[in-house]
Amino acid sequence: MFSFELLRDAVLIGVLLGCFYAAVSLGLSIAFGLLDVPHVAHPAFLVLAAYVVYFLNEHYGVDPLLAGLLITPLFFLFGLVAYRLYYETFEKRGSDAGVRGIAFFFGIAFIIEVLIILQFGVDQRSVTADYVGKAWRIGEMRIPFRLVVAFVVAVALTVLLTLYLSRTFMGRAIRAVAQDQEALRLMGANPIRIKQWAFGIATAVLGIAGALLIIVAPVEPTLDRAYIGRTFCVVVMAGLGSMSGTLVAAIILGVAETIVLTLFGASWAPAISFAMLLGVLAVRPQGLFGRRS
Amino acid sequence: MKRTGIYFWTGAALFLGAALLMTQVIGNQYPFFAGYVILQFIVLAVAWSILGGYAGYVNFGTAAFFGIGVYTSVFLFKATGAPLPVQIAAAAAIGALMGFALGLLTLRMQGIFFSIATIAATIIIETAITNWRYVGGAAGIQLQRPAVTAPFDNYVEMLFFVQAMLVVLAVAISRYIQRSWMGRGLQALKDDELAAECTGVPTLRLKLMACVISGALMCAAGAPGAMYLQYADPSSAFNLNYSVSTLAMSLIGGTAHWAGPVIGAIVLGTTQQLLTVTISSEVNVLVLGVMLVLFVVAAPEGIIGLVRKVRRKRNEGEG
Repeated sequence: MFSFELLRDAVLIGVLLGCFYAAVSLGLSIAFGLLDVPHVAHPAFLVLAAYVVYFLNEHYGVDPLLAGLLITPLFFLFGLVAYRLYYETFEKRGSDAGVRGIAFFFGIAFIIEVLIILQFGVDQRSVTADYVGKAWRIGEMRIPFRLVVAFVVAVALTVLLTLYLSRTFMGRAIRAVAQDQEALRLMGANPIRIKQWAFGIATAVLGIAGALLIIVAPVEPTLDRAYIGRTFCVVVMAGLGSMSGTLVAAIILGVAETIVLTLFGASWAPAISFAMLLGVLAVRPQGLFGRRS
Repeated sequence: MKRTGIYFWTGAALFLGAALLMTQVIGNQYPFFAGYVILQFIVLAVAWSILGGYAGYVNFGTAAFFGIGVYTSVFLFKATGAPLPVQIAAAAAIGALMGFALGLLTLRMQGIFFSIATIAATIIIETAITNWRYVGGAAGIQLQRPAVTAPFDNYVEMLFFVQAMLVVLAVAISRYIQRSWMGRGLQALKDDELAAECTGVPTLRLKLMACVISGALMCAAGAPGAMYLQYADPSSAFNLNYSVSTLAMSLIGGTAHWAGPVIGAIVLGTTQQLLTVTISSEVNVLVLGVMLVLFVVAAPEGIIGLVRKVRRKRNEGEG
């Protein structure tokens, strides 16, 4: 039953899927990797974005990718507010921020989940667009077009964010605040405003990531639980805060998932990301491209 | 025995007596169905706080321990028809082993990394059980309750009383830990692990002990669950809601004192039971989320902290 063709297909689909995983993890890479915010509600924000895209597509016929782009300013503001709330209640008070921070974000994630259920119900939802449901045929192979779209957008997003963080003033400031907040403060800059801005960016990216999420597969309200594993796996494996590392780590995860899926069947799939996450945490907590030794 | 000890054990005896009396007097089954769930959450919250509250390691793997408790019972019952006490004892033993593994995990990870690792372990265990055909796989498994033992005339009443005994056991252990050298050691390592280690606190031994005790109690709390529902399936036995509910109950009650998780579990558990009956289980989860956020933001020390604050103010007013 095992053949070279099967493996080749799995790897190819895995790479495409991996790029998509990178797109949904980039925000967390900033929020958790650079800013050290224990943002377990990140996947819930992602699913929320997917539902907003669904709403725009279903009721106004907006193209899902365009809808994703349209909601980014909204999510940017949402991120600013969320970080301010987190900062005022936890970081500012100092002690024990970690424990309560995680509890706080888990509470937020549950609230979002239930609000989605109350508004949209528990059924799966998907979007309609020209590129959803079609496939490219290369010889024997079928490549779903929606994965290609996700791949292109994901790579573009990664490149853009890498450039933003390395070339622009604000981007460099964000990386500086991740390295040494105190030094920044002594130089007269306000580290909290920079972090708030960065968290806004991290959340804004989710607008487009959410669009990709619902393009790649139908969504349901509790989908965020599976993505806790995937996004944290990618970010931790990448080494906290590395954008290009995020892409590589996500591709590794995508390929691993599709290979296991092909060899052992779908029932083992949910464990892959969590197993890799646990493995990385136990063996190499600084990640593959870690900034901390 | 000190005076507080006498009060405590008298209270525990009264509690068990009342629970036993309830099973003999009340004919309606509903109070036992609802009460069982609340008692189960008291055990979980108290057990969770031994590690999460005293030592400050936030374990999101409550669902894993609970689910393994359920499935230990399922397996033993299906394989050997083992009676309930054996199921619970076996679950506690396995829970202790899992706790030991969890304790080893604390060697390498702290803070959020530890928490995420426990979520990861939960999903991995759930997936393994889902793929284990013998205990029903993803579809779950039906169980037929055996005959009930005297003096109970109904199986749920008996489970209710068994869970009440587990509550007393869990609270007694937690109270003992808090008041002994262990509690002080755990407190020290919560504040600063490195400093504690340097001043001679055996941090590793303490962490392992806390994990083993906490794990054994959580698994034991899950063990009667299989017979309670007469059914088990992986996605509900390992549901993340158990982890978050338990955490919420402990934080809402306050983790500084053994009574905190008990209060939190009673308050939140009762609210949830009422909401599930009167409105819906979705709103129930919403209330859980909102209460968790509210307490974490506005009352970080929980109900215990609020009570202490009020008392202190009153004392200042008098003095």
